[in-house]
Amino acid sequence: MGKPYYIEEDLFKFGNITEFQPELGKKFFSYYNAVFEEGALTEREKALIALAVSHTVQCPYCIDAYTTASLEKGADEEQMMEAIHVAAAIRGGASLVHGVQMMNKAKEISM
Amino acid sequence: MSEATKSLKSRKHRLASSFIQLKVLNDNGHSNGEAYSFEGKLHAAGHYPLKPLKTEILQVNIGKMCNQTCRHCHVDAGPDRKEIMTREVMQQCIDAVKNSDFNTVDLTGGAPEMNPDFRWFVEKLDKAGVNIIVRCNLTIILANPRYYDLPEFYKTHNVVIISSLPHYSARRTDAQRGEGVFAKSIQVLKMLNEVGYGMDGSGLELHLVYNPSGAYLPPSQESLKKDFKRRLKSDFDIEFNDLYAITNMPISRFLDYLIQSGNYDAYTDKLLEAFNPLAIDGLMCRNTVSVGWDGYLYDCDFNQMLDLKIGDKAPLHISEFDEEMMLSRTIITNQHCFGCTAGSGSSCGGEIA
Ligand code: SF4
Ligand code: SF4
Repeated sequence: MGKPYYIEEDLFKFGNITEFQPELGKKFFSYYNAVFEEGALTEREKALIALAVSHTVQCPYCIDAYTTASLEKGADEEQMMEAIHVAAAIRGGASLVHGVQMMNKAKEISM
Repeated sequence: MSEATKSLKSRKHRLASSFIQLKVLNDNGHSNGEAYSFEGKLHAAGHYPLKPLKTEILQVNIGKMCNQTCRHCHVDAGPDRKEIMTREVMQQCIDAVKNSDFNTVDLTGGAPEMNPDFRWFVEKLDKAGVNIIVRCNLTIILANPRYYDLPEFYKTHNVVIISSLPHYSARRTDAQRGEGVFAKSIQVLKMLNEVGYGMDGSGLELHLVYNPSGAYLPPSQESLKKDFKRRLKSDFDIEFNDLYAITNMPISRFLDYLIQSGNYDAYTDKLLEAFNPLAIDGLMCRNTVSVGWDGYLYDCDFNQMLDLKIGDKAPLHISEFDEEMMLSRTIITNQHCFGCTAGSGSSCGGEIA
């Protein structure tokens, strides 16, 4: 058995990406941290958006991190699951809305 | 998830021993291998040895008896605990308050109301002219008809009420405090609102305490307070004054939960990483003295549960209370103290930094 591609501990090494390219890495993290500060949206709202997006990009690190962050920012299970349904609805909707394209093409080439 | 539990003590659990708890807390470095100690952090911040700043609040734990058995309880309280303060020790507390600078007495437990001398104590304290805080778990008021008039009693003595409500959702509250606790808490909050508690202009203060229902840290108090206010108002038409966000201390039943759930290492790492030296000035132990049910003195309620008594040679008792000596003491700290300095800090009054 080889090592798995995703290793839980690697989440905590995220900051180490500056090792290979410090300047861009630092810029990224300073931007990243600024994004999640309380602004027009609360920290809790931002954590829930991040949780939904995590499920869309299907990143296990992000899902771990923003499940914890959502709880830490005061969200509850219902809010978190609703956020994921928003992601799922957009994903499903994004597939289905292309059905119109399929219909257009089908009609175009059909008698 | 929310199965009713018994106290660690009645289960003869090894963590019922404060000695074992301290051993567990001291056996552990950061999981990256780095050794650390709270004392070391105090040294580095220029605060070692840790000294009190004033004697402002006397926090009196009048018994470990409680109608609830919350999973995170740092007191290991429950219906099966029989240790309660006698009237004699209460009188010694009143005498100490009269002869010192304490302006506030903060009554806690267990459910302090279950002590048969509770009302007597509150009446005497009120006569002595101090501010009185009661840490009321809400559900006690519905536990027996003899408690139904407590809201009126509190009003009569202008008691400040501080109550736990870990979330505005039933699921997160019940997961921590037991099945059905949320619904009862809501019912009691309405009773308190009815007599004026938490209502604008009444002067009757009702504060809520949020603490996480799991192995994570609390959010910023301000933004959480806004959420709580909005949701409790819209869902239940409930008002309250302030919300205090408190970190769960890795001791007693919460320590047991952390170990059982496999979260211990990650949680203690988290507390250490979130160490905030700015929280040191506001530490509860710097303006508070804590009294146990048997009258012995501690730097705080957490030290009390870890049996870390004040006193260089012999443990000090409230009957020998001496303010000068109290102000010159060195506060006893240990690894659990990281729970008070994580992030925005945590005390019985919430954030401190
Ligand atoms: S946390 Fe409070 S209400 Fe819950 S068991 Fe402990 S003392 Fe009782
Ligand atoms: S646990 Fe007690 S002694 Fe330690 S820092 Fe907190 S209040 Fe002070």
